[in-house]
Amino acid sequence: MNFRGPFRVRLDRDKPMPQIEHSGDAIVRVTRSCICGSDLHLYHGLVPDTRIGTTFGHEFIGVVEEIGDAVQNLKVGDNVIVPFNVACGKCVFCEQGLFGNCHESNPQATAVGGIFGYSHTAGGFDGGQAEYVRVPYADVGPTVIPADMDHDDAVLLTDVVPTGYQAAEMGGIKPGDTVVVFGAGPVGIMAAKSAWLFGAGRVIVIDHLEYRLEFVKNYAQCEAYNFRSLEDPVLFIKKTTDWMGADVCIDAVGCEAAGDALQTITGRKLLLQAGSATALHWAINSVKKGGIVSIVGVYGPTGNLIPIGNVVNKGITIRANQASVKRLLPRLIEHVQAGRLNPKGIITHRIPLEEVSDAYHIFSAKLDNCIKPVLIPPSARK
Amino acid sequence: MKKLASDFSHINGWGVDADPLDVPNYPMKHRTENDNKGMVWERPPQQPELVEILHSNERPSVSAVFGTPNPPSGLSGQLRRFAFKYSESEWTHWLSLLLADRINMIEGIRDDIKRGHFPDFFTELGGHSEWKYNKIGFAKKVLTGIAVTGLLVLLIKGRDDDDSENDSDD
Ligand SMILES: NC(=O)c1ccc[n+]([C@@H]2O[C@H](COP(=O)([O-])OP(=O)(O)OC[C@H]3O[C@@H](n4cnc5c(N)ncnc54)[C@H](O)[C@@H]3O)[C@@H](O)[C@H]2O)c1
Ligand SMILES: [Zn+2]
Ligand SMILES: [Zn+2]
Repeated sequence: MNFRGPFRVRLDRDKPMPQIEHSGDAIVRVTRSCICGSDLHLYHGLVPDTRIGTTFGHEFIGVVEEIGDAVQNLKVGDNVIVPFNVACGKCVFCEQGLFGNCHESNPQATAVGGIFGYSHTAGGFDGGQAEYVRVPYADVGPTVIPADMDHDDAVLLTDVVPTGYQAAEMGGIKPGDTVVVFGAGPVGIMAAKSAWLFGAGRVIVIDHLEYRLEFVKNYAQCEAYNFRSLEDPVLFIKKTTDWMGADVCIDAVGCEAAGDALQTITGRKLLLQAGSATALHWAINSVKKGGIVSIVGVYGPTGNLIPIGNVVNKGITIRANQASVKRLLPRLIEHVQAGRLNPKGIITHRIPLEEVSDAYHIFSAKLDNCIKPVLIPPSARK
Repeated sequence: MKKLASDFSHINGWGVDADPLDVPNYPMKHRTENDNKGMVWERPPQQPELVEILHSNERPSVSAVFGTPNPPSGLSGQLRRFAFKYSESEWTHWLSLLLADRINMIEGIRDDIKRGHFPDFFTELGGHSEWKYNKIGFAKKVLTGIAVTGLLVLLIKGRDDDDSENDSDD
């Protein structure tokens, strides 16, 4: 696929085949790739340095076609899960398990590690919504798909499952805690599901799309409420927690939040702030004093309007990051194999790669009750 | 914890990751001997810089690997080079890049046309799926489009008429 400007992407049959450009590279033939809520920020033109001609896609699995001279852990023909983070495995951050914060994968910005197909602000790599993709540091990130694992589950382990799980993990959930998740997109759904694994006592999800609320209620066995009918979600959460607030609030919405006109106009229309921070605002104001706000929703690099004074006065801990996919994969593979997580249950659309323009529009405009679309390249459909 | 677990017996895996000490994955700061030493790690081999790569001025040089597609070019490229004179902490950096992105979009349309390909906006914007799944929204957009074009035509025609009146005055 090829990005042409806000809301415009197209199929491109003339893109050159990616080449090995570094001894640690591999070339992977993609068998499945997803469109993510993060891709929508690119698609809507909100991420600076998203150059025309970029191929998006950071959630993909595939078959190793070619490897660089230095690659030892992979061989041609391996089926691999490719984490969305490009990580060197050597820098001081990778050494600490912070694979989402690698210092050797993105020249253009120090505040974010390299991410496949995520603009030059995240390293300028072409992504996996394509037939072939260049995968740097092939010895570090890519993980061979266990033989008994469904590839639809595997592709969701590249981002959505680890991100939702890490959102719950960063919440420091203690047994019995009340956890509120803002956003019933794929990430929020996985965060709600994972909260139970950490022993949550009550899990509440907030969104405004009825079909997603209906879905998450069943899928994650949790409570789900529509903020449009609650009017003031913060007040609702206070009342339903005996006036105390939630122990943990998770922001799984990010910079395109709806629900507050001022935030929407200044953040999404006028770009006076790095997107709208409505969900984060609600999270900070709904959490208990001394509670934890865990942020996985993505925001731009400039700044946002949030009630930082309340963070101080309430003694809130904020934890946030890009998911460290590689760190979490072993545990998450166990969870999938043990049936505790069922990632593929959230896939609603399987769309040929050739129809990428429509796939983006369907997911962006939330048409046809879309939750998670998967793109299938022609070679994987035979 | 035991009592709670029986309350949640309907949830497969409830509390299995509850004890952080049980979970090697728990994100505590994991100190290593290399902390506080600066950029001392044994760097991976350097990918050769065969195209122009801009790098943040908050780091000494490019990272060991990077993406090479779409190097800066044209007017948008000049603006991107300008942006990288400012740190990631400056609005000038990010706003210049956003402006460059919009200019790049126009360059993209120009390049398409130069290559003899007029962009199929309807398809690129996902028009087919809009028609399939959101007929009402689609119809509204089309009607608004017609109305706006109609208005523009009227305005321009009006102006033309004015112009011709002026002409006849001369
Ligand atoms: N940190 C990471 O590693 C990481 C990884 C993947 C995705 N993300 C981010 O997570 C966010 C969610 O991703 P997704 O794929 O689920 O996206 P999505 O767009 O499918 O879901 C977002 C949901 O939030 C809902 N929403 C909008 N405003 C809201 C509000 N004020 N309160 C509650 N809900 C609201 C929307 O209706 C939608 O259902 C995005 O910002 C994405 O960029 C982060
Ligand atoms: Zn993603
Ligand atoms: Zn690293």
